Amino acid sequence: MADTLIDFDEVVATYDPALGLEVHVELNTNTKMFCGCPTTFGGEPNTQVCPTCLGLPGAMPVVNAKAVEAAIRIGLALNCDIAEWCRFARKNYFYPDMPKNFQTSQYDEPICFEGYLDVDVEGETFRVEIERAHMEEDTGKSTHIGGATGRIQGADHSLVDYNRAGIPLIEIVTKPILGAGEKAPLVARAYVAQLRDLIVALGVSDARMDQGSIRADVNLSLSPKGSGVLGTRTETKNVNSLRSVERAVRFEMSRHAAVLDAGGSILQETRHFHEADGTTSSGRPKSDAEDYRYFPEPDLVPVAPSREWVEELRGTLPENPTAKRARLQEEWGFSDLEMRDTVGAGALSLVEETVAAGASPQSARKWWLSDLARRANDAGVELAEVGVTPEQVAGVQRLVDAKTINDKLARQVFDGLIAGEGTPEEIVAARGLAVVSDDGALSAAVDKAIETNPDVADKIRDGKVAAAGALIGAVMKEMRGQADAGRVRELILEKLA
Amino acid sequence: MSAWIERTAAEQAAALASGEVTSVELVQAHLDQIAATNGDLNAFLHVDASGALEQAAASDARRAAGEPLHELDGVPIAIKDVLATEGLPTTAGSKILEGWIPPYDGTVTARIKAAGLPILGKTNMDEFAMGSSNENSAYGAVRNPWNLDRIPGGSGGGSAAAVAAFQAPLAIGSDTGGSIRQPGAMTGTVGVKPTYGSVSRYGVIALANSLDQLGPCTRTVLDAALLQELIGGHDPMDSTSVPNPVEGLVAAAREGAAGDLSGLRVGVVKELQGDAWSADVVERFDESVSVLKDLGADVVEVSLPSFVHAMAAYYLILPAECSSNLAKFDAMRYGLRVTPEGSPSAEDVMRVSRDAGFGDEVKRRIIIGTYALSSGYYDAYYGQAQKIRTLIIDDFKRAFESVDVLVSPTAPSTAWPIGEKADDPLAMYLQDLATIPANLAGVPGISIPSGVSSADGLPTGIQFLAPVLEDARLYRVGAALEAALLDKWGGPIGPSSYTSKEA
Repeated sequence: MADTLIDFDEVVATYDPALGLEVHVELNTNTKMFCGCPTTFGGEPNTQVCPTCLGLPGAMPVVNAKAVEAAIRIGLALNCDIAEWCRFARKNYFYPDMPKNFQTSQYDEPICFEGYLDVDVEGETFRVEIERAHMEEDTGKSTHIGGATGRIQGADHSLVDYNRAGIPLIEIVTKPILGAGEKAPLVARAYVAQLRDLIVALGVSDARMDQGSIRADVNLSLSPKGSGVLGTRTETKNVNSLRSVERAVRFEMSRHAAVLDAGGSILQETRHFHEADGTTSSGRPKSDAEDYRYFPEPDLVPVAPSREWVEELRGTLPENPTAKRARLQEEWGFSDLEMRDTVGAGALSLVEETVAAGASPQSARKWWLSDLARRANDAGVELAEVGVTPEQVAGVQRLVDAKTINDKLARQVFDGLIAGEGTPEEIVAARGLAVVSDDGALSAAVDKAIETNPDVADKIRDGKVAAAGALIGAVMKEMRGQADAGRVRELILEKLA
Repeated sequence: MSAWIERTAAEQAAALASGEVTSVELVQAHLDQIAATNGDLNAFLHVDASGALEQAAASDARRAAGEPLHELDGVPIAIKDVLATEGLPTTAGSKILEGWIPPYDGTVTARIKAAGLPILGKTNMDEFAMGSSNENSAYGAVRNPWNLDRIPGGSGGGSAAAVAAFQAPLAIGSDTGGSIRQPGAMTGTVGVKPTYGSVSRYGVIALANSLDQLGPCTRTVLDAALLQELIGGHDPMDSTSVPNPVEGLVAAAREGAAGDLSGLRVGVVKELQGDAWSADVVERFDESVSVLKDLGADVVEVSLPSFVHAMAAYYLILPAECSSNLAKFDAMRYGLRVTPEGSPSAEDVMRVSRDAGFGDEVKRRIIIGTYALSSGYYDAYYGQAQKIRTLIIDDFKRAFESVDVLVSPTAPSTAWPIGEKADDPLAMYLQDLATIPANLAGVPGISIPSGVSSADGLPTGIQFLAPVLEDARLYRVGAALEAALLDKWGGPIGPSSYTSKEA
């Protein structure tokens, strides 16, 4: 597959991108959208099913009120209007992982509509307008066996797990996002990141992109710069990390531009994103005329949330994210740059939780944005999924503050935490990581360093204190890192005073 | 003393209560009748002799132990094959569900079991309840006990024929456009379509969800009231279920049987008269109307002008809903699977299986419904049909401001010869002219026998309609007319070849 690409800077010099994001949020209700089956992730296939979610003849749906509540809260948090009256509709199409061969969704009467989310991108605020947020049920999950690609083409048989069928989903659809220009990939990423933070704050979903509890479809089109005419779009399906959202937009912009520059036209289609190399490949053609034969679900009565209930739910909303960021920045004493980096790294709530667990804001920021960010990047996972919890980070910092370990040893504690070796304290004990605070042993190592580096020692005696670094390094090496560098420095300066 | 099977359900219940008979004896008597007659009638698709006898023995044991019992505990019943019965085959009259055994009970099945009525088996029906003659069953037509060359009506021909031929005193039917009431008229039995939402649809293999309603098939109005009270009431599993039970049905039937209808305002529907109605049906209808007057009712003519559009609206709404409902029959999870040669895709298997499993009428309606819901046609067809539906609801409301119940013949003619309309779907659809409006508006309706045709000796039916939730009115007027007509006839009418010779 050899898609010709155009350099990103050239793309934005010639074209205006239009973005559209459809985000599916799997709710964390105890039971499914239309039946009483449990929603827990990872059960044995087809053990969390009943006549309704299996679509057995005669079975009927009943709306999960908790899912409606979650939908309304998401809508309110996205500044949407909440419908006084809306219905479910059947979206009809045949696919083996859909038990009824129609998906119970909402069509022209979504429960939430006309909202917005302000997202921060490199210090600028972009208002992303929300067209709608509606309720629907998830499909089952197909596994295709025997093919080379894991896709249905070429497979010799397929297995379907209906545990996921009927899990409540909220689909949040933006209006076309225009004017992002070169920042389009970042806007897409920031929107999904902030939407995820909002969902986490609402507590309505596990919000695990790696487990598919938040899934983004990225629509993109290009139009000649300044023309104001929307181009033909492609829809890249199921982009499952923040980084991938950014990469998918970037790749599609470059690919579209190459096609358009060559005088070609963009095929309206869905595309698959490939995590490994950040590319997309052709899925299935998708025309606007695709006919799902929507009609109101006759087995359900309309959903008509009372205004009193909506206002009651408004009272349960978490703090507005923009206001919250301002408050946290104030409380933490972060500079604008530090705050922007924290938000950009998707670390805001992680830092917040780490601070809540007892760490200082700067130490929390330091760990999440340096060592742990690097590990997440290397592993290709989100920061939140790096394998260390905010409580553990705070625990490590407590050990540093107590001078039980130093920063370098702390990194080894993180290794142990990711490997699941226990609490920070247990790891320090098991790996023998505690710094040597016995002045006798330290003193001997300092003496040895002075002895083997007489030139350096002389410089320090002459008042060139900066040269102490070389001796500290030698001592730390001797102590195999298990020493408090501050104490070592004190000892060196005392001995050479 | 007549044979047990000829007794009404209420009489059988009384005999059980007095210790005159046991449930096992009653069930055995009905099983014997089924064994003797089902070869001719084909009313039952599946007979559960051992299950019914077991349930009967359990009922007798409960009675012997002095446990509190439902009034109908121990009285046998048959269930239309459209309702899910755990452990008993449920096919909806279709090849595509041949051999399917539901792992769960529909709510009405569960209520019947909880009340202790032994289930004799599952009754034949037009495939997925599509038809007015029962000729569309994939398992062969049901024959009318009054004349084996005639249709028994549809889609619930099996339940109606079973009740008429004393195979069961009670049966469950489902009525989407007349499938309980029209077979009632064709077989000289009583059939009730309750208020939409008053009997749970959970477990009913849906034809058209917004029209379907389960209801009783019996030989008397009182039996229907007893059965509707048993199966009705709110069900949290059915979102369209009304919150409160429709009550007072048995009381209304008992009150009506006393024969006083003074003060009752009865409206004869102007739009359900005319050339489409055969003279023998009209003759019996007029006779019943004059009986109503004799009983003290005020009879007037009322017009519900939008009824003329009911058929058109019905044949858009029903196919639209059923085209979607029947999509689940795709050979992936249950039912018939036909695997074509070569290395077929899942879609190939779906296509070939559906082609093999569905009959012509089912395919016809799926195609019509798919077309009616298509983008660009939705507003012109489904949307317009829903507007007509609103007009019909408004017509009913207006009519019920001036009358308490509406009345018409149930069907335009008596039972026709098997095969006569089999190739003419429009002629078949027109048989439901009088019954369809009630389904579109959700109002309750009852059909009771109005006599026997002077032309062909086959039964005719009269239909009453009442406002939503006012089912009790149907039982009052139905029981009054029934009592007066029985008096006039000197006893119940019935298919002579199926009544016992010991009477």
